[in-house]
Amino acid sequence: MLTKRIVACLDVRDGRVVKGVQFVDIIDAGDPAELAHRHAAAGADEIVLLDITATHERRGTLLDTVKRAAAKLFVPFTVGGGVRTADEAAAVFDAGADKVSINSAAIARPELIGEIGSSFGAQAVIVAIDARRGDQSPDPAEVYIAGGRKPTGRKVVEWAREAEQRGAGEILLTSMDTDGMRSGFDCELTAAVSEAVQIPVIASGGAGSAQHFADVFGRGKADAALAASIFHFGVTDSRVLKAELQRAGVSVRLPC
Amino acid sequence: MIAVIDYKAGNLTSVVKALRHLGTKDVVVTQSPADVRAAGKVVLPGVGHFQSTQLLQDLGLTQAVRESAAAGKPFLGICVGLQWLYEGSTEAPETDGLCHFASKCERFPAKFNGAELKSPHVGWNSLEQIRPDSRLLHGISDGAFVYFTHSWRAPVSADTAAVTNYGGAFTAAVERGNVMGVQFHPEKSAEIGLQVLRNFLEL
Repeated sequence: MLTKRIVACLDVRDGRVVKGVQFVDIIDAGDPAELAHRHAAAGADEIVLLDITATHERRGTLLDTVKRAAAKLFVPFTVGGGVRTADEAAAVFDAGADKVSINSAAIARPELIGEIGSSFGAQAVIVAIDARRGDQSPDPAEVYIAGGRKPTGRKVVEWAREAEQRGAGEILLTSMDTDGMRSGFDCELTAAVSEAVQIPVIASGGAGSAQHFADVFGRGKADAALAASIFHFGVTDSRVLKAELQRAGVSVRLPC
Repeated sequence: MIAVIDYKAGNLTSVVKALRHLGTKDVVVTQSPADVRAAGKVVLPGVGHFQSTQLLQDLGLTQAVRESAAAGKPFLGICVGLQWLYEGSTEAPETDGLCHFASKCERFPAKFNGAELKSPHVGWNSLEQIRPDSRLLHGISDGAFVYFTHSWRAPVSADTAAVTNYGGAFTAAVERGNVMGVQFHPEKSAEIGLQVLRNFLEL
């Protein structure tokens, strides 16, 4: 049976893992390569490295960091942040990534999704969507770019559909409203996107407890769920989390 | 020497990295039929579109693989590399596979048992009905989890070494003599995946 994936996310800035609350208030959490290995060893199903400053500072992705992190990683590894062209994506794959996550660049030029997909396969392209809806219903939720700094006027569900049509392999949906709050994922918004597309949806933003994961896999209809801060400071690790999820009836990769 | 065939379909880095991690010194990433003929073992990775396997034919690699396999040398196809061992795929109907195994690869159905089925099939799923005589899956038990990411799949046949269930059973591993393939990514399947590669290296 296909299991629900637990994705450990490393937000990287200037070569260090950081974690913000609602996209600001950055705290240092360690070396990306070391943390990637630690997460994999602790049972994470997948590792995501996001260079959270790449877009607005117009830097390329930190290929050296990617290379070091990928060196002994034998679980799927996604890299995002600052990938603007198919050539830049190729360099990221070359450094050892299995998938790239594109966000601002896909909004600016949606053809990029298909361009990367045609060389590396749709499964290698994740379209990341940063969403904000405040206290409104999921319907008017709006897409933000540039690390959550810039509203686009685009609707989240609509953009997810277009990304799929253009050849995205997965959607990584981050709720800016719940990000870093540890008060649970935005299950309503996740379900709205998951129901609108055929491709897998990775829910992100708000992980604080095993119950939050169980909720987003159930009510939220997510295929995978991502967390960063919950793991970095030893709150829990993936294996402990999965054991709890299994008891709650969620199908997970155990033993791992 | 192990030849890892580069046919410009995605990313070979991970496969090569895993083989080296397991102690293989002599890995050559190549597009040359001569290298394939000279190699003691051949690996055909592949993440991408079936269409890209057309290059194997165009560069004379198909023939080289056929000769290597006929000489009894171990061959491992990964993902699209497994699919290529069959007659072809509906993903690129005009491109022939190796035709080592019968029938064609097909897309996952949009619906299964009345419910919508998401595609691609992405994530960790379990190996089931592992054939006891499989050399590739030696030491691995039913229920072991491996990582998949694909939208097309090979049907189950007598050569199937393990199945996985998603929209019905499909071939997760195929093996007849020295010719083997896995639909999952052993280089991305943690310890179980490394065990598969170790088994292949020890043949």
